[in-house]
Amino acid sequence: MRRIPEEKIMSGCAISGILDRKGRRFSGEEIIKSIALMHDRSNGLGGGFAAYGIYPEYKEQYAIHMFYDDLQAKEEVEDFLERHFMISLAEEIPTRKVKAITNSPLIWRYFVLPDQHKLEQANLSEDDYVARCVFKINDQYRGAFVVSSGKNMGVFKGVGYPEDIGEFYQLEQYEAYLWTAHGRFPTNTPGWWGGAHPFTLLDWSIVHNGEISSYGANKRYIEMFGYKCTMMTDTEVITYLFDLLLRKHKLPLELVVKAVAAPLWSEIDRMGEKEKKIASGIRAVYGSTLLNGPFSIILGHKNGFVALNDRIKLRPLVCAEDGERLYVASEESAIREICPEPEKVWAPRGGEPVIGLLEGSSEEWL
Amino acid sequence: MALSYKNPEFLIERDYDKCINCRVCERQCANEAHYYDEDLDKMMAIDKNCVNCHRCVTLCPTDALRIRKYPLEFKENYNWTGEMINNIYKQAETGGVLLTGMGNPTKKKIYWDHLLLNASQVTNPSIDPLREPMELKTFLGRKPERLEFDQEGNITNLPPQIELETPIMFSAMSFGSISLNACKSLARAASEMGIMYNTGEGGLHQELYQYGANTIVQVASGRFGVHQEYLDAGAAIEIKIGQGAKPGIGGHLPGEKVGEEVSRTRMIPKGTDALSPAPHHDIYSIEDLRQLIYALKEATDYEKPVSVKISAVHNVAAIASGIATAGADIIAIDGYRGGTGAAPTMIRDNVGIPIELALAAVDSRLREEGLRNQVSLVIGGSIRNSADIVKAIALGADAVYIGSAALIALGCHMCQKCYTGKCNWGIATQRPDLVKRLNPEIGTERLKNLIRGWSHEIKEMLGGMGINAIESLRGNRLMLRGIDLNEKELEILGIKHAGE
Repeated sequence: MRRIPEEKIMSGCAISGILDRKGRRFSGEEIIKSIALMHDRSNGLGGGFAAYGIYPEYKEQYAIHMFYDDLQAKEEVEDFLERHFMISLAEEIPTRKVKAITNSPLIWRYFVLPDQHKLEQANLSEDDYVARCVFKINDQYRGAFVVSSGKNMGVFKGVGYPEDIGEFYQLEQYEAYLWTAHGRFPTNTPGWWGGAHPFTLLDWSIVHNGEISSYGANKRYIEMFGYKCTMMTDTEVITYLFDLLLRKHKLPLELVVKAVAAPLWSEIDRMGEKEKKIASGIRAVYGSTLLNGPFSIILGHKNGFVALNDRIKLRPLVCAEDGERLYVASEESAIREICPEPEKVWAPRGGEPVIGLLEGSSEEWL
Repeated sequence: MALSYKNPEFLIERDYDKCINCRVCERQCANEAHYYDEDLDKMMAIDKNCVNCHRCVTLCPTDALRIRKYPLEFKENYNWTGEMINNIYKQAETGGVLLTGMGNPTKKKIYWDHLLLNASQVTNPSIDPLREPMELKTFLGRKPERLEFDQEGNITNLPPQIELETPIMFSAMSFGSISLNACKSLARAASEMGIMYNTGEGGLHQELYQYGANTIVQVASGRFGVHQEYLDAGAAIEIKIGQGAKPGIGGHLPGEKVGEEVSRTRMIPKGTDALSPAPHHDIYSIEDLRQLIYALKEATDYEKPVSVKISAVHNVAAIASGIATAGADIIAIDGYRGGTGAAPTMIRDNVGIPIELALAAVDSRLREEGLRNQVSLVIGGSIRNSADIVKAIALGADAVYIGSAALIALGCHMCQKCYTGKCNWGIATQRPDLVKRLNPEIGTERLKNLIRGWSHEIKEMLGGMGINAIESLRGNRLMLRGIDLNEKELEILGIKHAGE
């Protein structure tokens, strides 16, 4: 079941996301309905959901979702977790039997805080400490995979159509203020559970439709900053790029977008002097972060989401607004399925980010 | 010594049915391979003087001339080839060092030809450069690890960069080794195409100062023509440590090439040999290099990137890493096929390593050390076409230098006799009657056409890969596959074999 591919995974996909900007939580039924409508955009080899706000009773702790191949892997990782964290709760993630879902791994979650002593020794921020532990498990522990590691959020994914995955994880029982979903259409490898989207690191989650032709350049760039790309997927590398630019380099979101979906030089030439300097400086320094090739992504975060297309819009992305709700999906029908008459529907231009923020949180993402 | 054992290299064949005794061939040949025999009323040839530069063939109005390899063969011998034997004859006659021009022509593996490029099919669309933007703009210079901004949101920590419209530059070729008309053609073409040319170690002729914004001024071991005004004139400064055609040795411009103009530009007496020492005599270590880098930065107020050019030698990766930490903003690496105006044959053909392997090794090392994003990497020696450029960038280069290719665009026919000063095409010569054969206006246009044509081809290849900006190709080795390469070669190149 666990299979780390050795070559780059290509896939086409469906994506969908719903944010309640007031932070009101709602069950997973809507997002399942939305992604299910785009059934034909995936082929049953991967589906998944990210949900923010689902663990209010543990919201100060990191929620580590895990896949294990077998009990031995579980024992080994639990030993690692015990050595590096204080664990408040360890439990199996509840699932129900669904005919279409087979070969599921052992699926567990842990609510943890870094071991204070170890943290001080490591001389890292809490986030960096957790990120490092996540890399270590994914890289060095055979048969184990960290599905998500953020606070008050979690990812539920696997091999199957997304609507079946939703049912399998009983997502109607969870309430979140932000949901994103993904249905996958890989072209060359049998799906494996870890390879489904969303892909995450800390609070970041990414669902992604497309293929990044710049993958090789992006991967070799991000690896210089200590990230390890072990999944061979675009989504993984995109997640790390956002983590580097937003969290580590502390670039404002608007400039991060100018790096990963850089304005064309012909646009930059038309900008005012100051803007031009910034945009060309970004391209000169962060050229290797440019995501080239067709993509639409939703980057989820505890404060909201960013939906983004490649700069010449080679993949579909539609947004809608209705009251406090902000919707985004690969197809308009997937929005109208759950919100038949939104106040506003639009297709964002290539490279133009759609930013949905929780009320009260600033554009400063961290 | 009475009898020379040397045989002619080429045979001049003249079709007397076509020849009209116009004597163009005679006037065009600086090597004096043609003459008119009044008694016979016939044009005649001296085969041993012919270097096969095609000048006479191209200019013959009646197409009466053919040049062939001289049909005299030694008894077949894989070890003692005709070339080896003739070299010994030459040296036995003169006691000298074998000299040659242009790049290493020997039959060794050309790695570019063992690399194949990728293209998109179905899962992502290829992009049509005739319909969609396709961006080749490239910046060279030191990049900070992360950008910082002041309170108004302006960037505060971006060092000076040079901006190229396409990732191609003309390599260092000095005034002296090439003619002023060749220099003018390169300078004008660079400035009209938004790229750079490089002065080489020849100083900057007064007439070329106007192209300063597109000039990289070189500082080499002889320091010829280096002064404040020169440093200020260029967009960037390059310290030349080595050259692919002759790693580890200096340069020698013979006195007969040092005429009035060369003398003034190089700041040496007319008619004296210009000798560049093998090392810089103020650089005996990496920390000395650092001093020179910073001396040049101080001298130009930190307003220009400083490049360091080295030849590709065995431990090039470690050297490049040292250069990056010594403060260079650009590292230029010249491979063993790189051209030259003059080099000892034994050095040219036996010292140094292929640029493809050097580039891959340097890029990988700089990445391992987290330095790659901070310095720019430029390679040359030798780039023969646009596909070589695409492969170089995919292996990890930011841009390439082209020297031989640029000269071929100007009319060079690769006869490899640059060192004789008798270039019939007006390129590698200082003889006024030869220099004037190269019209700088036409030279400029030919160079611009080459850059334009190659840029179009690069865009087509990028589009095919589904990429619309050159930076997404840089270091993107997944776009490459090897063919006919062994495991070790694939490992060094950091690529997979075709079919994998």
